[in-house]
Amino acid sequence: MAAFFRWLRRNAIVIAGLLTLAYLLLPNIVVTVFSFNKPKGRFNYSWQEFSLDAWQDPCGVADMCGSLSLSLQIATWATIGATVLGTMIAFALVRYRFRARGAINSLIFLPMAMPEVVMAASLLTLFLNMGAQLGFWTVLIAHIMFCLSFVVTAVKARVMSMDPRLEQAAQDLYAGPVQTFLRVTLPIAAPGIAAGALLAFALSFDDFIITNFNAGSTVTFPMFVWGSAQRGTPVQINVIGTAMFLVAVLLVLSGMLIGKRRNKQPR
Amino acid sequence: MTTVTDAPPPTAPAPEEPPARKPRRRGRLVPYWLLLPGILWLIVFFALPLVYQASTSVQTGSLEEGFKVTWHFATYWDALTDYWPQFLRSVLYAGAATVLCLLLGYPLAYLIAFRAGRWRNVILVLVIAPFFTSFLIRTLAWKTILADGGPVVGALNSLHVLDVTSWLGITAGDRVLATPLAVICGLTYNFLPFMILPLYTSLERIDSRLHEAAGDLYAKPSTTFRKVTFPLSMPGVVSGTLLTFIPAAGDYVNADLLGSTDTRMVGNVIQTQFLRILDYPTAAALSFILMAAILFMVTFYIRKSGTEDLV
Repeated sequence: MAAFFRWLRRNAIVIAGLLTLAYLLLPNIVVTVFSFNKPKGRFNYSWQEFSLDAWQDPCGVADMCGSLSLSLQIATWATIGATVLGTMIAFALVRYRFRARGAINSLIFLPMAMPEVVMAASLLTLFLNMGAQLGFWTVLIAHIMFCLSFVVTAVKARVMSMDPRLEQAAQDLYAGPVQTFLRVTLPIAAPGIAAGALLAFALSFDDFIITNFNAGSTVTFPMFVWGSAQRGTPVQINVIGTAMFLVAVLLVLSGMLIGKRRNKQPR
Repeated sequence: MTTVTDAPPPTAPAPEEPPARKPRRRGRLVPYWLLLPGILWLIVFFALPLVYQASTSVQTGSLEEGFKVTWHFATYWDALTDYWPQFLRSVLYAGAATVLCLLLGYPLAYLIAFRAGRWRNVILVLVIAPFFTSFLIRTLAWKTILADGGPVVGALNSLHVLDVTSWLGITAGDRVLATPLAVICGLTYNFLPFMILPLYTSLERIDSRLHEAAGDLYAKPSTTFRKVTFPLSMPGVVSGTLLTFIPAAGDYVNADLLGSTDTRMVGNVIQTQFLRILDYPTAAALSFILMAAILFMVTFYIRKSGTEDLV
């Protein structure tokens, strides 16, 4: 018994950490299990019986896959927009000294430090005042806006740790500015840009609060899920949730493996 | 959060004569061209909206007749007197969730940083992956987990946990759903990764030789933690608490899906005023008060943790 308590004390932090991990993963497990459920009635909140129906017909719910593809479209464009704009800002901030740097740094930081409702509501006031038609474009504008800061932060971190002598070396070897940028600067900055883009995609795809305010009658996937919480949740939502989790795990793991292999190469 | 970098000037001082002049002048404008589109985007779609909202909050009128700026500051007073319980609740719930996130997140961040070995990447993936799964789906899963008469509620009941929490007023009888506890549990769950990741980054930077040195100087593990590890992880603690508290205070999804009318937070009120009641001035005033309150608290917190704990 005493030995057991000693073991418990020595591994207390590991046990506590694993319990937290279990807490984090519990909803994902529930989502996976309930994707095989055959619910009675409209709500999928209690276990009835095992069935593969939802997996065989994931798009069997009206409008769900439409909203999913709309969300993917918006996330793709928002990622492209935010990554291009954010990378440009990050390079300017790290590589150049100029006036108003402090002001620009706070303009980048504020959107991350502001509650989402505040941003959502103020953007809606702007659109209402301009008489803009709420829909795809207003959502896209909003998503690029709040993803931008996160991309800047991710790219900045990478560019900051870059050795400027590498570019000087390229120039010494008679590489023009364009060549230097394409063959030296960009490949080194790529992991940071990729991390920023991935973050932007995840943030945009999952965003509910800002979209809810600025989408009008356009229904993205999170908004479809929100509506279904009131109307009744189809099992297919859990199928999509499970699939998204698996894709994310595979994506992040393969990214890590590639990164590892690259790091092993002699520098 | 502003980081000062001492990157050397972008172009090496070229000792060439006449041709150096033209590219140099163009070079001075490069940062502005790089900044222009992105900063313009943030000014038009982030800063300008805040100005519009400030103006909306002092307008009066109705949707049919239109709104006019009448410098009606009483809206702020009315919003505060009408909705102070929701404000208070937001601060309390977000505060509780932040403390819970710190208590739950620290061991896991510590585990990943020092004890996970070759499992480190796997655990990190498991912490990050839920980011890519819709958080609304996961929040709905909590409805299933905490369902009345379900296994979790049953276990808490037989351990008499619910008696204590009901006495504290955060659950009601043998229900967990639609009570403050459910909302706090959802908030904690939702923002936990935002606590774990900064904690992990700051813990990972600690030189493990410092731990050995502390041990060599006869510090007990608990003393090492208190005097070495925890103080060195303070940057992670500060940014983690900010990253959980701010979004939690403005959240309305958890309070809506897991709570009841008695657990409404400011976010819920802003959302209803804006999207259903269409009382724009009140909604704008509420969201301005929320923003001001959070900026005030954050500045105070950063200053306090910066001068007393961080040094």
